[in-house]
Amino acid sequence: MAYLSKSAIIQMYRVTKRYGAKNALVDITLDVADNEFLFLSGPSGAGKTTLLKLLYLGETVSEGQIIVDGLNLSRISRRRVPFLRRKFGIIFQDYKLIPTKSVYDNVALVVEAVGVERRAIKKMVNSLLRTVKMEDRSRAFPPSLSGGEQQRVAVARAIAGNPKIIVADEPTGSLDTESARVILNLLKLYHRRGGTVIIATHDTELIRNTGGRVILLSGGYLEVSTVIPKQRP
Amino acid sequence: MIYFAKKVIKDLKGNLFLNAVTLTTIALSVLIFSAFNLFFLNAGALVNRWVEDTRIMVYLKTDLSAEAAAGLGEAIAAIPDVREVEFVSRKQAIERFRGQLGDQASLLDGITENPLPDSYEVLVGVRSWNWDHIDPIAEKIRVMKGVEEVEYGREWIGRFVNILNLFRLTLYGMGGLFFMAVVFFVANTIRLVLYSRREEIEIMRLVGASERFIKYPFYAQSLFLGGLGGLVGIGVLFELYRLLIANVGKVMVSTFFEMRFLPVENLFIILSGSAFVGWLGCYISLRKFLRS
Repeated sequence: MAYLSKSAIIQMYRVTKRYGAKNALVDITLDVADNEFLFLSGPSGAGKTTLLKLLYLGETVSEGQIIVDGLNLSRISRRRVPFLRRKFGIIFQDYKLIPTKSVYDNVALVVEAVGVERRAIKKMVNSLLRTVKMEDRSRAFPPSLSGGEQQRVAVARAIAGNPKIIVADEPTGSLDTESARVILNLLKLYHRRGGTVIIATHDTELIRNTGGRVILLSGGYLEVSTVIPKQRP
Repeated sequence: MIYFAKKVIKDLKGNLFLNAVTLTTIALSVLIFSAFNLFFLNAGALVNRWVEDTRIMVYLKTDLSAEAAAGLGEAIAAIPDVREVEFVSRKQAIERFRGQLGDQASLLDGITENPLPDSYEVLVGVRSWNWDHIDPIAEKIRVMKGVEEVEYGREWIGRFVNILNLFRLTLYGMGGLFFMAVVFFVANTIRLVLYSRREEIEIMRLVGASERFIKYPFYAQSLFLGGLGGLVGIGVLFELYRLLIANVGKVMVSTFFEMRFLPVENLFIILSGSAFVGWLGCYISLRKFLRS
């Protein structure tokens, strides 16, 4: 591991993930620098989602090692997993909001979980909802929101714990152009404030409009790592 | 604290049906167990009263002089565990007998000579748990000089005490069975609640909530349900007891024995027990669920 970059917030070394006999990822070695804006691209089944899950221990590696912000995931105890996950803000394509909790409670859940003082929670949650322009829907329940609105709440929840890294799995996959633009702007804002963003997407338009380093996966293999400049409108 | 309590109540409302079923089960179990406890307590007190009141009748030989009889009385009183010794002369004995016969006392009119001997009534301080201590005391008296016969209701005491012991065993057995049944039921209900909230729990885990953060509200809910179930069960029993006393109590209550409700320490044990049962059911379910 000595040759891997020291400024990297994520280091993956010869990582392989198998489901039974099927290889989902094969021999991936990858660094993600602190405050990087990174795209994972590739067709469906390329291993993008699996790679993201390995980072926050949604899955465990079959071979190889991953280090996240100094934590070696192969050696982390069960009790320390929540501490690892608090380093991440996770955004899912299907939002994964709790349908029986209000918008406010969905965001407050993370703030409470990370141990913010009770008196500060309300102020913090309202501020987050203001950032994603969902303050006026704070009492609404997820099923009554549009896809774009739900994803904005999901972004608010992802940044609520003040994570170092945001991983987003097809965050704009099921959104209209305008909603997708709003979500992307929120992620860029988070990046400008010093966070690291990793987006798994097969939307090449999104990558061209944003620019950044792109990792292309295909059949579980890392094919290309390249930097794409932001396209001028 | 208020915030936490509000959260617990909100979560309980979220699964109202399942929680209501759990509450009812705990309340019913506590009611049945406490009712048996109440019955045992009063039956035990009654038997104890009988046993405590047991007297050994010591009939004296007819040719015994007054001095020898007095000496015998002192010797009996000196036996450890003998609480009271009362001399009953043959004259007092026939008068008592006459009194006991009541309207039929005239039956004794035909008897010219008093057939009853002088006797001692010996009160022994035994309780239901050491009632057989009466045997060696009776044996000591039987071999004393001047004693014709010794009599006491050994068989009856034994029978009552055996019944009481059977009650006690049944109570322990029932307690154990109810404990297991309620733990099993609460564990399964909590499992259903966990299953209905599995998505929420999974999301909580993904956002970095510690196991403690996830578990504590469930523990608090289960303790609350257990405690509340216990309170409801005891409350219903108290109402039934009040009704019983108000309606048939006068028949049952006499100067000899007075029915009473469960003492505070029993209530405390039952309430703590039902809260513990709630917690244990939750603990078993959560352990399995969070490991899966």
